[in-house]
Amino acid sequence: MTVRPRYRPGQRVRVRRWDPPGHVRTPFYVRGHRGEIVRVIGPMPNPEDLAYGRTDRPPVPVYRVRFRRRELWPEDPRAQEDTVVADLCEHWLEPVGSGS
Amino acid sequence: MSSGGHHAHPPKQPDIEDGPYSWHMALTDAVADLLLAKGVITGEELRRTLETIDAATPARGARLVARAWCDPAFRTRLLEDVNAAAAELGIDAGAIPILAVENTPELHNVIVCTLCSCYPRYLLGAAPDWYKSRAYRSRVVREPRAVLAEFGLELPDHVRIEVHDSTAELRYMVLPLRPPGSEGLAEEALAALVTRDCLIGTAVPRVPAES
Repeated sequence: MTVRPRYRPGQRVRVRRWDPPGHVRTPFYVRGHRGEIVRVIGPMPNPEDLAYGRTDRPPVPVYRVRFRRRELWPEDPRAQEDTVVADLCEHWLEPVGSGS
Repeated sequence: MSSGGHHAHPPKQPDIEDGPYSWHMALTDAVADLLLAKGVITGEELRRTLETIDAATPARGARLVARAWCDPAFRTRLLEDVNAAAAELGIDAGAIPILAVENTPELHNVIVCTLCSCYPRYLLGAAPDWYKSRAYRSRVVREPRAVLAEFGLELPDHVRIEVHDSTAELRYMVLPLRPPGSEGLAEEALAALVTRDCLIGTAVPRVPAES
């Protein structure tokens, strides 16, 4: 089954501020924060299904998303230009308009 | 065996059986026993797989880096697909895809898995213990420059640090910069400069000073 990725490299996204029960692989430190799609690396099995043996579910698009320290820790004056890249499943991401 | 007094010292450290038999150890043994008993795998296959995993070392990553430094076309292929590039050198990097992130004069890459301990072990072997520690996993994201300084790596402010958090099914290795002073070195000597920490990003290759 092919899954068409919703986002392209260069697009701005926001990680959902969400705390669902069960096994998830979205680190807390990126939730609610804005980043930029670096690369599409999916589709991959959804860890939230895989952890419970649900291997019949469709794979999901996964993205490398880059965050600036300035966005993640604005209160920390050190090295604000440094960056973190995390690999996130599409259902954790929301589009960000050009104005936000 | 002698029962003489000088053989009766208690061991200085516990033998492997002396630790607690944890729930996960019991689970591992039970699953392995079942797989063998039901003929899903043979003991020989299990042994060979474990030997394959144990045979992986950082030296294999170092070979890839040295070849990339010497051969620009190989470098391009390595950045596209580490597993396929490794296969060119006869290295089995396993089925889990690995992405090489390239250092430049303006960018330094560091690898972590903040959630657990994901590591390209089929290529580089087992991760160092500190890589799995909570201190490294939390601090390298929160204060990478301080952590790298503790490893002895002080980077100038104009070099951006990018920390790669291995949160999905992709594993990472750093393609470091070829160090100054290495111009005359052959590929094998170059590979010897690339240590495990250079492949994680907590060190950079250096040419030892002439004595």
